[in-house]
Amino acid sequence: MYVVDLKGKNGIVFGVANEHSIAWAIAKMLHGAGARLTITYQNERFGERVSQMTESMKDVHLIECDVSKDESIEAAFDDVKREYGNLDLVLHSVAYANKDDLKGEFSKTTRSSFLMSLDISAYSLIPIVKHAAPLMERGGSIVTMTFQASERVFPGYNVMGTAKAALENEVRQLASEFGWRNIRVNAISAGPLETLASRGIYGFLTMRSIHAEKAPLKRNVTHEEVAKTALFLCSDLSSGITGSVIPVDAGYHIMAL
Amino acid sequence: MATVFERVRKIVVDRLGVEESAVVPEASFTEDLEADSLDLVDLILAFQDEFSTENNPVEISDEDAESLVRVVDAISYLKNHGVTDD
Ligand SMILES: NC(=O)c1ccc[n+]([C@@H]2O[C@H](COP(=O)([O-])OP(=O)(O)OC[C@H]3O[C@@H](n4cnc5c(N)ncnc54)[C@H](O)[C@@H]3O)[C@@H](O)[C@H]2O)c1
Repeated sequence: MYVVDLKGKNGIVFGVANEHSIAWAIAKMLHGAGARLTITYQNERFGERVSQMTESMKDVHLIECDVSKDESIEAAFDDVKREYGNLDLVLHSVAYANKDDLKGEFSKTTRSSFLMSLDISAYSLIPIVKHAAPLMERGGSIVTMTFQASERVFPGYNVMGTAKAALENEVRQLASEFGWRNIRVNAISAGPLETLASRGIYGFLTMRSIHAEKAPLKRNVTHEEVAKTALFLCSDLSSGITGSVIPVDAGYHIMAL
Repeated sequence: MATVFERVRKIVVDRLGVEESAVVPEASFTEDLEADSLDLVDLILAFQDEFSTENNPVEISDEDAESLVRVVDAISYLKNHGVTDD
């Protein structure tokens, strides 16, 4: 464990689907530091697995939340308000695109799949922050997950690149809006990690090995390294940081070749 | 100890929530066991976790993953990649 104390902090986590989820690595780290967590799962499909995963964790509250539905987000925060009264931490680690949109030509993206991907992967942060902010009376930290395809082209990433560009812009606007209340909003731009979502991107393993070859650290990052950065962003250690996109990618983003 | 088939069957039962008796070698993941594309990725990750060892990491490429249509395909793939019954 790292010496960061989150005792007395309450958090809500969006995006745990299985043991490979980045949100799971982060949830374990925050919980290990003493935070009390509500972990949400998308629907009953993931409910059983997530409850098995959290069985041995003390003080974890599980609820279903589909971020494509306003009522569902509202209900989740009503629940948090009842349980805790006060909220300190939010992790948004949610994204979705049709598998067919994650390969081939970007120009083939249909209107409906564009809207769905942007709705779940980017819009969802806005109502989440809107509902979280009133509960963050003592300030708070909100962390979302992004990828460098927001700025540079990763063939195959397609509409998800557009969604990440929107998401990063939201981070800045939300940070600006809520900063006066000491609510910080940041994103972690992670290097490739093998998860349910990333393996849905055709050619993911090739992309990952190119990252390892070209990154200054000559390797890929681990789930735990991303989680450590999330722990930092959720703690007082990062009290001066908001509106930032922090790359945790073994330095890959600085390389041109 | 368990055979590769038994270990695969356990994963399939656990991840797809199907009856053990349904997981026969000829069963197709999508047709007979009703796995959708998310389930298939979930299975691939679970196979990698279960069968990787320090000396023999199992990394199933997209192309190989697509060829794992039936339970028996997964078993043959694993056996061809250094996994043995024990
Ligand atoms: N894996 C990587 O290489 C990588 C790199 C950079 C950024 N990211 C980002 O990290 C985040 C987490 O992804 P992951 O890689 O851990 O994969 P994952 O599949 O484990 O997580 C994606 C999560 O989104 C949830 N989700 C999708 N639609 C939802 C909805 N309508 N309502 C509620 N939840 C919904 C899924 O249930 C799942 O828990 C995503 O934003 C992803 O883009 C991943």
